[in-house]
Amino acid sequence: MIQHSMLSHYISEKSKVLDLGCGNGDLLKYLMAEKKCIGYGIDIEMKNIVSCIEKKIDVFQGDLNDGLQGFSDQSYDVVVLSLTLQQIKTPEFLIKEMLRVGKKVMITFPNFAHFKCRLQFLFGKAPKNKSLPYEWYNTPNIRVITVKDFKKLCQDMGLKIETEIPLYGTAFMEKIMPKCLSNLCCENALFILKKETL
Amino acid sequence: MTTKFFHSHEPLTLESNEVLKSFTLAYQTYGEYRGDNAILVCHALSGDAHAAFEIEGKKGWWHEAIGPHKMIDTEKFFVICSNVLGSCKGSTGPGSIDPLTQKKFDKTFPVITIADMVNAQEKLIRHLNIESLHAVIGGSMGGMQVLQWGILYPDKMKRCICIASAAQLNAQALAFGAIGRFAILSHDQVSQGLSLARMVGHVTYLSEKAMNQKFGRKLQHDKEYQYDVKPEFQIESYLQYQGEKFTKQFEADAYVYLSKAMSYFDLAKKYGSLEQAFENIRAKFLILSISSDWIYPEPYSKEIAKTMMRLNKDVSYACIPSDYGHDSFLIDIPAFEPLVKPFLQP
Repeated sequence: MIQHSMLSHYISEKSKVLDLGCGNGDLLKYLMAEKKCIGYGIDIEMKNIVSCIEKKIDVFQGDLNDGLQGFSDQSYDVVVLSLTLQQIKTPEFLIKEMLRVGKKVMITFPNFAHFKCRLQFLFGKAPKNKSLPYEWYNTPNIRVITVKDFKKLCQDMGLKIETEIPLYGTAFMEKIMPKCLSNLCCENALFILKKETL
Repeated sequence: MTTKFFHSHEPLTLESNEVLKSFTLAYQTYGEYRGDNAILVCHALSGDAHAAFEIEGKKGWWHEAIGPHKMIDTEKFFVICSNVLGSCKGSTGPGSIDPLTQKKFDKTFPVITIADMVNAQEKLIRHLNIESLHAVIGGSMGGMQVLQWGILYPDKMKRCICIASAAQLNAQALAFGAIGRFAILSHDQVSQGLSLARMVGHVTYLSEKAMNQKFGRKLQHDKEYQYDVKPEFQIESYLQYQGEKFTKQFEADAYVYLSKAMSYFDLAKKYGSLEQAFENIRAKFLILSISSDWIYPEPYSKEIAKTMMRLNKDVSYACIPSDYGHDSFLIDIPAFEPLVKPFLQP
């Protein structure tokens, strides 16, 4: 889990936010209450759509693999994709779509290169932890992403990484951990990308 | 809980610029009005004012959806359903008497549009002294009325629920509408034409899966083919039965007029673009499509929702998983309730 306050920190007041894979709508609810944001969610699961409607959050049922067809260029201040990238069939396409629609793009993902994952691999087991709670046979995750690999993708795509924040779960850890250890030590990572290319 | 009649003596200028000097709307209401709890239910092509409860042994067309503690809770809400202008279920339509000639209007009845239906309903709402509706809800042609309500009277409702509808019929739906009208207009005996129109319509309201599950290739009486041209398959006799039943319930002229009203409905054409159509809406919208509906397919509802999103309107969209085709919104209420009920919560 990633704290809503953590993400909210990088979103300015009254922003128009599109949350891709918004789940039960908790992040949007938080942003609408704390930051007076205008929020829209997209999710594919009916139970999440029901949850959002119950919370009075505007939600659109759709498949992110279809891209953001129908959404105008630069029509959102922020487009968020939180802990969903590992489930996307065409990540490159979706990231491009997010940058087309959003002025600012925030992506978080579970880091498969976390030392605990590495240890599990070392002992011959597929990684399983709080951020990756599934068994190999029932996981919705189809992509194995590491902090290092994500940066490589951004480089290949010619994208400018505005901010890179390794997420350790506590603010204290985030303060004391040296950046060079992020690929080894953070369970999740947050990247903020902006429209302009290198 | 009986049908009431609203007689308007104010002239109603129609979209075609013709004027109806006076008109009548048949309507029913359920529940108790408390100032802010009125919900207007808009019916589809063959519907009437009798939406809920059982009256004289007959259940309302949305009986499963409207009632105490149901999806539209009559303990909480005051529900109004009026028969549309142009229909034959108590409201003014081609089968009514023209006050000028004292004869049936028949084909001299002016062509009615969805906007005309809504304008007439609005007069009824005013007559009932309701300033603002809690919600307007409807499916199919009812959904078209919902969209038109949101556009024409943006301050008159807080919520709109548009189910299995579209901002315009596609060519396929236009074609099926046309076949129905051809059937009626080309038969000397209009009831035969109406029956045929209903058969065609009925097929478009069902999904391939639902039809196959219910009838498959089953024969009505025999185990073996009789090598005869008479109806043998169950689906044949079912359609015949539906067609014939309909001729006792509906008037052919009204069917033609309502079908034409749906064909004319085109918000993008009327307002220049969908964006312009929805520019001034104020209500919160819930747009629902149905997974097995092939006559009002999902992309058309999505387009409505996305256009509203582009305009920063309050809108949600979902595709309801249901196997019964277009008619799911009448049959499969449990599939709709989880979304509609919380959306209607104040």
